[in-house]
Amino acid sequence: MDLMVEATPRRVFANAHTYHINSISVNSDYETYMSADDLRINLWNFEITNQSFNIVDIKPANMEELTEVITAAEFHPHHCNTFVYSSSKGTIRLCDMRASALCDRHTKFFEEPEDPSNRSFFSEIISSISDVKFSHSGRYIMTRDYLTVKVWDLNMENRPIETYQVHDYLRSKLCSLYENECIFDKFECVWNGSDSVIMTGSYNNFFRMFDRNTKRDVTLEASRENSKPRAILNPRKVCVGGKRRKDEISVDSLDFSKKILHTAWHPSENIIAVAATNNLYIFQDKVN
Amino acid sequence: MFARGLKRKCVGHEEDVEGALAGLKTMSSYSLQRQSLLDMSLVKLQLCHMLVEPNLCRSVLIANTVRQIQEEMTQDGTWRAVAPQAAGRAPLDRLVSTEILCRAAWEQEGARPAPGLGDGHTQGPVSDLCPVTSAQAPRHPQSSVWEMDGPRENRGSFHKSLDQIFETLETKNPSCMEELFSDVDSPYYDLDTVLTGMMGGTRPGPCEGLEGLAPATPGPSSSCKSDLGELDHVVEILVET
Repeated sequence: MDLMVEATPRRVFANAHTYHINSISVNSDYETYMSADDLRINLWNFEITNQSFNIVDIKPANMEELTEVITAAEFHPHHCNTFVYSSSKGTIRLCDMRASALCDRHTKFFEEPEDPSNRSFFSEIISSISDVKFSHSGRYIMTRDYLTVKVWDLNMENRPIETYQVHDYLRSKLCSLYENECIFDKFECVWNGSDSVIMTGSYNNFFRMFDRNTKRDVTLEASRENSKPRAILNPRKVCVGGKRRKDEISVDSLDFSKKILHTAWHPSENIIAVAATNNLYIFQDKVN
Repeated sequence: MFARGLKRKCVGHEEDVEGALAGLKTMSSYSLQRQSLLDMSLVKLQLCHMLVEPNLCRSVLIANTVRQIQEEMTQDGTWRAVAPQAAGRAPLDRLVSTEILCRAAWEQEGARPAPGLGDGHTQGPVSDLCPVTSAQAPRHPQSSVWEMDGPRENRGSFHKSLDQIFETLETKNPSCMEELFSDVDSPYYDLDTVLTGMMGGTRPGPCEGLEGLAPATPGPSSSCKSDLGELDHVVEILVET
């Protein structure tokens, strides 16, 4: 007998978006949620399917002036009136819905000053934020851009408090990655339950974890060849130059079609889900 | 390249050598790379409507990159210097070629972005268009690319092409994208092929020596199909447990 898994919608909310939707975020009041597209963010009530409120609109009156789009948005985990949204220029805006109905003005504006030594024609593209996530505590936000993951303190707008290099060896290959379109890949990032570890994906079916306390990091691979059920994952390493050790992989051998864009971490346990192309991997702490 | 082995016959030749060397200096390696990047970006913008899902964020980022290059080229004066001597005639040729490029792309319903598109593209850099369009003084180059409605007769053919491309960015008819292509699973590979074909072998591209970074597999479509059987297996396991 063939088993079919079929998903059917429980509720359909009327079309309120002209542009591609990039984010959905459920509010802590469990009564409302928001949906964000490239230029607008709408607020919905779960019980009302044919109407939504527009809370952010960055579409310029003259579309000729469009230079920035919304890339991700999320509600604060505890304060149901607060949310953040990120942009293609690497900025994050924190908004308070109590301030006004249309959140044109942000309460806070997070942006890191540009590093002049790293400036190139690709600077803006790699600064575009692909994901923004509040910590479980609500005190920090984490952003993912093309090469790094950054942790921001809500009380400090002028720079992140932590920056983690996901795959800095790609910095010298940006032109090629622009040519083959990989530079537009949008990676997600996640916190673990205690906000002590952050995780994000990379290429070659690699994903990376960073321990914020010990400052240690690890690269792991999600692939059928390298993992049988119950096997322990071996750390992987990318060799950036010089002599390549036995189980290292060189940058030029990386498979850029195998990208891990989506990952998730169980809210309280050390169980993670990793999506590698069309395979879903679930890993957990080794049980003794 | 010119200085080596050149015999000095008379004063006139010497001056020619200096002129040639001066010309070489303006087209330094950085300028060549920058020009290649500009060309690549313009092609990407023109082809964006052929991707499976037109992506506004991507288009904005590419357009900003183009604008940045144009601004820098304007600042160091190379913007107009690139245009060849016959300024009246040559840009017009390129205007025509770009329009042929775009028209050929739109009219080939069901056609893939084949290297044949490159046939309509002349050797010179596409950016030579811009001295014509920037003559429309108040307009910032490429400023009108996002406009979805309104007459476009005043603008150069270059703007017109881009405007029509960006009409597809509002998701009115996503299905028409699928009509254009039968197999939409491997846009990366096709774009890479087109770009490689467009830029040709005569000029070193900005990414020379880094071709090894192109995706190792021909495209996700083949691996997806082989994995479908495995997916069924996985689903069975999930449902049974």
